[in-house]
Amino acid sequence: MPTTVPAYGKEAAGRLAAMADVTASDGALRRFLHGLPGVDAVGLQARAATLGTRSIKTSAKAYAIDLAISMIDLTTLEGADTPGKVRALCAKGVHPDPTDRTTPKVAAICVYPDMVATAKEALAGSGIHVASVATAFPAGRAALPVKLADTRDAVAAGADEIDMVIDRGAFLSGRYLAVFEEIKAVKEACARPDGSAAHLKVIFETGELETYDNVRRVSWLAMLAGADFIKTSTGKVAVNATPPVTLLMLEAVRDFRAATGVQVGVKPAGGIRTTKDAIKYLVMVNETLGEEWLTADWFRFGASSLLNDLLMQRQKLSTGRYSGPDYVTVD
Amino acid sequence: MSDRLSVLKTYKLYVGGKFPRSESGRVYEVTDTEGGWLANAPLASRKDARDAVVAARKAFGGWSGATAYNRGQILYRVAEMLQGRREQFAAEVAAAEGVSPAAAAAQVDAAVDRWVWYAGWSDKVAQIAGSANPVAGPYFNLSSPEPTGVVAVLAPQESSFLGLVSVLAPVIVTGNTAVVVAAERAPLPALSLAEVLATSDLPGGVVNLLSGRTAELAAPLAAHQDVNALDLTGAGAELATELETAAADNLKRVLRPRAADWTADPGTERLLAFLETKTVWHPMGV
Repeated sequence: MPTTVPAYGKEAAGRLAAMADVTASDGALRRFLHGLPGVDAVGLQARAATLGTRSIKTSAKAYAIDLAISMIDLTTLEGADTPGKVRALCAKGVHPDPTDRTTPKVAAICVYPDMVATAKEALAGSGIHVASVATAFPAGRAALPVKLADTRDAVAAGADEIDMVIDRGAFLSGRYLAVFEEIKAVKEACARPDGSAAHLKVIFETGELETYDNVRRVSWLAMLAGADFIKTSTGKVAVNATPPVTLLMLEAVRDFRAATGVQVGVKPAGGIRTTKDAIKYLVMVNETLGEEWLTADWFRFGASSLLNDLLMQRQKLSTGRYSGPDYVTVD
Repeated sequence: MSDRLSVLKTYKLYVGGKFPRSESGRVYEVTDTEGGWLANAPLASRKDARDAVVAARKAFGGWSGATAYNRGQILYRVAEMLQGRREQFAAEVAAAEGVSPAAAAAQVDAAVDRWVWYAGWSDKVAQIAGSANPVAGPYFNLSSPEPTGVVAVLAPQESSFLGLVSVLAPVIVTGNTAVVVAAERAPLPALSLAEVLATSDLPGGVVNLLSGRTAELAAPLAAHQDVNALDLTGAGAELATELETAAADNLKRVLRPRAADWTADPGTERLLAFLETKTVWHPMGV
């Protein structure tokens, strides 16, 4: 197996260049993606269900809760977002539980591009990243120049991470190279003048991709195009992150590293609301990818209400009595 | 003609409008007063208690926001359903408490009447507990009774049905939601009452019924930060003191246990115990 390099590092481009033959033309890319082994749907679901039955208690649970909190991309993506709401969310991200300062801070605050500057200012010095959705989120139905301008604006405003959506219409109609080129173009738009770059998360909206085979194909497609993270969903459609889909993406990341040596992160988003769910995902990461991925650098939860449930469970563990929604903030 | 095997009922908990088994998978044997086996009842765990509180909290907004008239109608509907199942409850009470069929039937009738009596209070309690207060200024000053929130009720141990109805009805008629721990030795009438509640338009989660060890279930409920009041009727003196101490942590309202004659006219004490008074100042506009 080749030595591992991070997807956002300088060497990753060289590793991907070695795979250039499969992305040389639409036909080559199609042959490669359709040449990936088909997904055993029943086996995948059974594996995901089995991993969900692990019993994680006491000190292991306390560790898992703190780990999960530190992996959250605390998200507000509403039309009604105000600068005040974004600032309040940032304050919560820094001190999730004001009554207990040992609570870890979250990984990032995820907002729309026009709120990046507000979030950046509110988070100054905290070490928490600002993630911005871009490329005409959540539909992704806009012309490429508009998407690129959207991305550049967010990066210029100070975004540390960009969450882009792929063009599902192009993917589902089989124009794989168009999707590939678009991801590459957005990745270039993430570059800053000083030579560094915002990390790129690529959202697949798996709820709209219909089949597990498509999820495997799009995972490889995005990783070949240079995604730093692959993310399940926008949280704006009926079906969001599910354990089988996330497991499939974790397996794609594992296989991609085995093939190229490039390490890519995973972010399930949408529909993860309880501590129990979050711990199931952590078990899945540990069993599929191993401990290396059990950090906020390589695994994230896109969530908003999950944090409150984690905090209530944390309070239960530290005080021995059940907590309630009166003891966490209303966001 | 072959002898028919009668179908035994699996008694289950009632949480959030559903009938789950205990999360723990445990059951315990319920016997009549002679020690004869009646049924296996679920032996609920503290996690079932937690789930019940979550369900009760979720139901609180809708139930407390419903009009008093609507709540009264639904409670009256419960009485109608109880009337239809009179024989079943009489048999269960007779088996559980070892009383004669006639005495059991009288208790069930009294319970139905009590339910109707409390149902009538839904749109009248504000007249008794509320007031228009004279103040020195150009304001209307009005006090109105509001439901406390989620109430954990330890049902009386000695009166499995009439006593249960007498503590449950006054809690929910004013808009509270309830988590009830049924009588430990005689939970079957309570678990059957759940079937009545489930078919009476009562929104799921307004009443949640648990069976099991009272002490085991009461401890997490008393310490729970999201329970607003505690009715200790079914707790012994020593347990009641312990629970009241735990309940003090988040300033729960506590109704202490006292000797009760469940057949007597109940009065409004239990209705008023789980209410908060809200007072508003309103400019007269003159």
